Amino acid sequence: MDNDTGMIDRAATVAARATPPRLVRRVRGLSDKAIAWLFIAPTMILLLVINIFPLIWTIQLSFTNYRANRPNAEVVNVGLRNYERLLTDPDVWIAMQTTAQFVFWSILLQTVIGFSLAYLIDRKFRGHAFWTTVILIPMMLSPAVVGNFWRFLYQPQIGLFNYIVSFFTGVEPSSFEMLGSVSLAPWSIVIVDTWMWTPYVMLICLAGLRSIPDYIYEAAEVDRASPWRQFWSITVPMALPFIMLAVLFRGIENFKMFDMVNLLTGGGPGSITEVASITLKRQAFEAWRTGPSSAFAIILFVAVFGLANIYVKALNRVKQR
Amino acid sequence: MSGLSSAHSVVEPGIWSKRIAATLVVVYALVTMIPLLWIFATSLKSPPDSISYPPKILFTPTVEGYCNLFTTRSRQTPEYIESLGEPANVCEEIARDRSMVVVGASKYWPRFVNSLVIAFGSTFLAVLLGTLAAYGFSRFKVPLADDLLFFILSTRMMPPIAVAIPIYLMYRELGLSDTALGMILLYTAVNVSLAVWLLKGFIDEIPREYEEAALIDGYTRLQAFVKVVLPQATTGIAATAIFCLIFAWNEYAFAVLLTSGTAQTAPPFIPTIIGEGGMDWPAVGAGTTIFLVPILVFTILLRKHLLRGITFGAVRK
Repeated sequence: MDNDTGMIDRAATVAARATPPRLVRRVRGLSDKAIAWLFIAPTMILLLVINIFPLIWTIQLSFTNYRANRPNAEVVNVGLRNYERLLTDPDVWIAMQTTAQFVFWSILLQTVIGFSLAYLIDRKFRGHAFWTTVILIPMMLSPAVVGNFWRFLYQPQIGLFNYIVSFFTGVEPSSFEMLGSVSLAPWSIVIVDTWMWTPYVMLICLAGLRSIPDYIYEAAEVDRASPWRQFWSITVPMALPFIMLAVLFRGIENFKMFDMVNLLTGGGPGSITEVASITLKRQAFEAWRTGPSSAFAIILFVAVFGLANIYVKALNRVKQR
Repeated sequence: MSGLSSAHSVVEPGIWSKRIAATLVVVYALVTMIPLLWIFATSLKSPPDSISYPPKILFTPTVEGYCNLFTTRSRQTPEYIESLGEPANVCEEIARDRSMVVVGASKYWPRFVNSLVIAFGSTFLAVLLGTLAAYGFSRFKVPLADDLLFFILSTRMMPPIAVAIPIYLMYRELGLSDTALGMILLYTAVNVSLAVWLLKGFIDEIPREYEEAALIDGYTRLQAFVKVVLPQATTGIAATAIFCLIFAWNEYAFAVLLTSGTAQTAPPFIPTIIGEGGMDWPAVGAGTTIFLVPILVFTILLRKHLLRGITFGAVRK
């Protein structure tokens, strides 16, 4: 009995010390229920005003031919025509494919490099904490501001990137243009994205590796399992939920990707690197086709929401461990 | 080899595997730092040095990039420049060497101040609202709590460009276009989801017994929250605040679409810095360096909580 309440007593003493003696009253002030709603309501109201109301507005606009640069023009209800046109528009599908390819390659590279790095850092060599912090720096920086500077690194004649490539391969530095050529421009974005976000995947993978208890490896050692076997039967499966989590997070983020692409290539050359966000920006804020672009925004919402659902399921699985 | 390592511990990696791992990790870390070091180096170069071929690794450092970042200059005739008195400061002197005079301040500083105001304002609001909501979700039985929490998180999943269309229209109606207040509200809405999720995790970890003891002691719920829970949650609140701050500081998509002048932040401004005949890369480098330094400091402060922050509290180490 005394043992059970020991902690409570200690906490009570701590609390009592801060309590003026006259405050021994039974009035509870607001009820718990009132406080719960009072505390949660401001957040909910803000999200309703800034997220939900605009979302409903977007849905409404997506059925019209409204143009934001002509607020006084007559608005006609066009029914589902915007959706029909978008879903049969080859350009939209090309933008979706471009997005999918960008997401696939950048995440593949980030996962492979990120997991390898995490595995190496988990060897716990001296100074690993310091080097981990150094490696993490790029992911904290502004993708727009740093992406903007990468334009300089990618300059064909004077850029450091071309110079380094030419230094190691002997290719003339002015003979290739990362941002300007149709075949290289997508890779220039994948490279910057990988540089920036590999640390993110690494950090999550590292947590996964560290969550594997030592005794499993000890048992495997007793059973004389080879290091190769240990890696594939213990390390990878046990870190897998974490790797999945990282992939899903990056998947959602890269699906929405705008900053880096807008600054590096702006969707060009032509529309080779035009990912969905860039198409949407061109339609909504350059062509001012507000109605159709609202429909496109809704299609993207639905897609991201689907991804989010998968993500929450994966998250719950990780939490159960 | 295996005998050697198992004599120590079966799980402890051998010395050679450690050495190889250390070498590879250090090489990766150094390579990954090159672009950042190049930004800093470029900020200290003169414009001709910055665009020389091959790229200059050794150069005479100058503050010209920083001067060009903060000033606007105009070209003048040599006669006019000679008629002027002694240059008042180092920037003036550098400008005159290039047959120019400083005519005023650039827009970088106002943009930087906008970034500060909007980032700190939205962080304060997001953490305030987030702390209250997180406490509500953590301590009370809220009907449909899981659905509400998922709803809160899902608002962050929306692509910014898609959200920007109706926000643009709404702000135009309300007169919030291109205002700091509009951006603060928007960033607060984006950040509050992160704040609720992170802080709920931190508050969940504070034993309920502390509050219960305080309640028995005659505190009201509100008093217990203020005097018992908040002090315990300080670390969590600080970490959450830094995450919100970094997000708002780095944000570009909303800023470039919804601000154009008075409320423009630094990220959409920095890419527009141009000099005579093309980009003024030393000035861009200087602007980028100044913009990135605060984040470097925060990253180092945050390193223990990074994992938690980037996974919305899902992974806690």
